[in-house]
Amino acid sequence: MTSATARLSPVEPPSPRLVGDLVIWLLVLAELLTFGMLFIAFAFARIRERAVFSAGQATLDLSRGAINTVLLVSASWCIASSVRAVRVNDSKKGARWLLGALACGCGFLVLKSVEYLHKWQEGIDIANNSFYLLYVMLTGFHFLHATVGCIIFAVLWAPTRRGAYGADTCHALETGAVFWHMVDLLWMVLFPLVYVLR
Amino acid sequence: MKKNYLHRLDAIWLVLLAATTLTWWLGEHPDAAMGAALASVVLALAGLKGCLIILDYMELRHAPALWRRLLLGWLAFTLALVLAATLWHG
Repeated sequence: MTSATARLSPVEPPSPRLVGDLVIWLLVLAELLTFGMLFIAFAFARIRERAVFSAGQATLDLSRGAINTVLLVSASWCIASSVRAVRVNDSKKGARWLLGALACGCGFLVLKSVEYLHKWQEGIDIANNSFYLLYVMLTGFHFLHATVGCIIFAVLWAPTRRGAYGADTCHALETGAVFWHMVDLLWMVLFPLVYVLR
Repeated sequence: MKKNYLHRLDAIWLVLLAATTLTWWLGEHPDAAMGAALASVVLALAGLKGCLIILDYMELRHAPALWRRLLLGWLAFTLALVLAATLWHG
């Protein structure tokens, strides 16, 4: 061991770093507060109309909601793995993970669209009662955010594949990943609240 | 000298899948009448999943403390209010 190595140890922990653009974090904060308000409105509205909410929830497919959860967390895993690959300059692998994230995201959108279609065919819409009003608002806003997340994945794919992002230049990819993780995080509260708790 | 240990990101994905399966199972078995304990477990699982996403997928574990506290605080506050509303039999 040289004296130079000895001087360098112990290794300093990495300094705190916020990945992605600061603007995305401000957006995340705004979205969390907005959805938080809706979550709490849903939970407290249920106290006043237990029977209505219970009947409404009984028309939802819990298994489909669980599959949607699996698709969202899998997309999060894929995009996190994509960032990890790009950080070691493996662009091709990063692009493949990104495609995986896009596939899971699109799977979520398709499954949710089918759910909305079934509800519509059953003659259920936001005018039925406060359960459906809040259900459509919560899941509908979330659906729109997931759509934006998928568009971000699609936009990031080509530059990732051609190696535009690397270890020190993956700011855009990190920013897109943070947005999707927010979509995922929101569903982690939405799923038990709307589909599971009674 | 490449070691193929399960990477942290992969391990977290497996935990998220397991927690989701457990939540689904608890929801599919309403015989337990969704008592206070069951509601607490379901929301604790949501808290666990949220924490993992915030700390590891969003990489806030090694970020400035302010952002980590803001997101974890949001999660705790929201879940606490949802739990309170669920247990409230007014």
